[in-house]
Amino acid sequence: MDQGLLERLRERLDGDGREPVFAHGLLVVQLPREALLDTVKLLKDAFGFDLFLDVTAIDWPQREPRFDVVYHFYSTRDHVRVRLKTTVTMADPVVDSLLDHYGSAHFMERECHDMFGIVFRGNADLRPILLYEGFEGHPLRKDYPKEREQPLVRYRE
Amino acid sequence: MNQVHEKSSAFEYLTTRKDDLVGWARKFSIFPYPFVTACCAMEFMSVSSTMYDTDRFGAALPRFSPRQSDLLMVVGTITHKQAPILKKVYEQMCEPKWVMAFGVCATSGGFYQNYAALQGIDKIIPVDVYIPGCPPRPESVIDGIMQLQDKIANASHPIINEKF
Amino acid sequence: MTMRDEEQTLPNPVRPAFDRPSTEDGVIVSIGPSHPATHGTLQIIAELSGERVVRADVHCGYLHRGFEKECEAHTWHTLIPFVDRLNYCSALMNNFAYCDAVETLMGVEITPRTRYLRTLLAEYSRIADHITCIAASVMEMGAMTAFLYLMTIRDYIYEHLADLTGARVTYSYGRIGGLANDLPEGWIKRLEEILDEYEVYVGRIHGLLDRNRIFIDRTRDVGVLTTEEAIHWGFTGPILRSTGVPRDLRKDTPYLAYDELDFEVPVGIKGDNYDRYFVRMREMDESVYMIRQLIEMLPDGPVNVDDRRCTFPEKDLVYSEIESLINHFKLVIDGPQVPAGEVYRAHEAANGELGFFLVSDGSGTPHRVHVRAPSFVHMGGLHRLLEGYQLADIVSTFGTVNMIGGECDR
Repeated sequence: MDQGLLERLRERLDGDGREPVFAHGLLVVQLPREALLDTVKLLKDAFGFDLFLDVTAIDWPQREPRFDVVYHFYSTRDHVRVRLKTTVTMADPVVDSLLDHYGSAHFMERECHDMFGIVFRGNADLRPILLYEGFEGHPLRKDYPKEREQPLVRYRE
Repeated sequence: MNQVHEKSSAFEYLTTRKDDLVGWARKFSIFPYPFVTACCAMEFMSVSSTMYDTDRFGAALPRFSPRQSDLLMVVGTITHKQAPILKKVYEQMCEPKWVMAFGVCATSGGFYQNYAALQGIDKIIPVDVYIPGCPPRPESVIDGIMQLQDKIANASHPIINEKF
Repeated sequence: MTMRDEEQTLPNPVRPAFDRPSTEDGVIVSIGPSHPATHGTLQIIAELSGERVVRADVHCGYLHRGFEKECEAHTWHTLIPFVDRLNYCSALMNNFAYCDAVETLMGVEITPRTRYLRTLLAEYSRIADHITCIAASVMEMGAMTAFLYLMTIRDYIYEHLADLTGARVTYSYGRIGGLANDLPEGWIKRLEEILDEYEVYVGRIHGLLDRNRIFIDRTRDVGVLTTEEAIHWGFTGPILRSTGVPRDLRKDTPYLAYDELDFEVPVGIKGDNYDRYFVRMREMDESVYMIRQLIEMLPDGPVNVDDRRCTFPEKDLVYSEIESLINHFKLVIDGPQVPAGEVYRAHEAANGELGFFLVSDGSGTPHRVHVRAPSFVHMGGLHRLLEGYQLADIVSTFGTVNMIGGECDR
C-alpha cells in the first residue's frame, strides 16, 4: 500500500470544504455534495482511481441532514482505497450521478435509489432493481418497518 | 372368436385396484420442474448427481417447461418479486401435479422475516411435501421424495372412470 | 381446481427498458427469471436481430431477501448466518470477510492459528466455488460427464467441511475473534486425501474440455472483454484477471496469511469465456498449492482470542462462575459492543472483491451493514458481454460470469 500517495492526495484535497482524514487504512474525505463531481474527476484523472467500488447511504433519522452518501474508490495501480462522504437532506436527497465517469455506477445508483430514495441527478434510469414495480417506500430507511410486506400475489385463504 | 386359452407357466394376469396401478406407474415417473432460486440449489445439484442420484426414484430428468412436468420443486427463497413468476409456472402445469417446498425458506420464509421474503409458498400455491433444513441434507430430500411417492401411490387418480 | 378462483392478473414485477424493437425485423424475448440458462434468478430481456443479441436489459433482484435490513435487527454475532447465505457457494469466505471487518473495527488481533486456518478454509471454499461455477456452466453447454465428475469431488469437500462445521453448505463457522471450534481429529489427513482425489478428477476435466472442439467453439471469442472495459464496468476477480491483468487482492493488499504464501495469479489472454473457464481452473490448482503450504505452516495454539468483548467464555465456566455467566448473557442478549465508527474491508472472494462496509453506533447491533457484492456489480456490465453475440451464447457467457443470486440481490 502506497502511503505516500494517500498523503499527497490528502494534502491535495484539503480545503474547499473538504476534510480528509485517515481511518482504518483508508483516506476518508468528507465533502459538500457540490464538490463531488470535481473531486471524483480529480481522483480518476490525476490519481488513477479507476475502479468505482460502491455507493451506498447511511440513514441517521435523528440528524439533519439525514443521509450520508458514501462512495468507495480503488486504484488498481496503487492498490489504495478512498472513501468519499457527503450529506443530503430528507427534503432534497439529490446528488450528482457518476455515470459519466464509471459505467458501474449505473446499477449501484439504482440500488441506492431503491433502498434510500437518494436521487442521482444525471442517471435517467432509476427503475427499481432489487425491489419491484409498485413497491412503496424505501426499505433501508430506518422508519420503514422491517416486516411490512407488499405482496404482489393475493394470498390463498 | 372362441379362443382357447392355453395354459402356460408364464406370469400373465395380475389382480390389483385401478388406483393402485396408476399410482404405482405415476410414482416412478416424476418429472420435476426445478424452480431453483437460492442456496438450496447447491444441495439440489448434489442430490441429483452421482452421490445421491434421484434417478433411483424416477425423479431425475428435469423438464424445463412447466407444461411437461408434474412435480414443482421450489428450491430456495421465494421473494415477493418472484411470487408472480412462481404462481404463473404453477398455473401452467398440467394435472396431475405436485409441489415440493424444498428448504425452510420455501416452507415458511425461514429466517428472512422481513419485507422482501414471501413467508412460505403455501401462501400462494398448495404444497404437498415440505422438506425442512437450511439447506436440507440430501438424505432429507430423498426422504421427501419417498414420502411424495407414498402420497401418489395412495391417492385416488380421477382419470380412471367407469369407461376405463 | 387449478382454475383461478377469481380473475387476478399477475403483475409484472419489472419494467423493461425498451418495449419495441429498434428495427423492423427485431424481436424482443424475455429470458428468465426461471429458465435453465439463468441458473440463479435473473431476467434478461433481449432484443434479437435473427439470432444475434442487439440489446440486453438485465434485471436482477428476484432473490432480494432484505439482508441489509435483517442485519440492523440482529446483533453483530447473530447475523453471521445471514452472511453465509450471500455467496452460498463459498460461505466461509463471506464469514471471514465479515469477521475481519468487525475485528478491524474492534481492534481485535486474531490468533496465529486462526489466521492460517482461515486462509486455508478460504482457499478450500474457493475450490468448491469454482467447481460449482465450472460444473454448472459446462452442464448447460451439455457436458454432463464433466458435471458429474465435478459434483463428486465437490461432495467430498462438502462432507469434509460438514465434519468440521456441522453443515454442508452454510457453515456459520466464523466467529468475531476466532472460529467456532478447532479442527477435529484426522481432519488434515482427510484433507490431503481429498486434494489428491481432486487432482485426479480435475485432470479428467482438463482431458474432457480443454481441447474439445465443441467446447472451444462455444467459448472461444465469445463474451470478449478488454481490461479497460472491465474496469469501467467494475469487474473484479476472475473476470478481470481473464482479460490479462493480475489484479488480485491477495497479492495487492495482502490480508490473513497471504503475504507468507507462494502462489501465482493466473491471467487470461483475451477475456473470453474460455479464458474465464481456464482462469478458474488454474486458480483452483493454485489454491491446492496454497493449502498444501498452509498444512505445513499451521501452528498450534488457541483459535479464539482471549478478549471478553467478543469471545464467549467456556461452557463449564458459564455454569460455575458468575462473571462468565454474566459475560455470556451480555454477549448473547446485547451482542459484542463494537466501538462507533465506519470500516470497509475487502477480501478476494471467489467472484471478485467482496467488501463489507460496516457502520457502528457503539452498540451491539450494527447501524448499517453494506455488502459490496461482486456479482451485483458484474450484472451491471453483463449486457456488454451479451450484446453482439448469438442468443445461444447467453448460456455459456452467463455460466462463466458465475452470478450468485444470494450475493447479487442480497
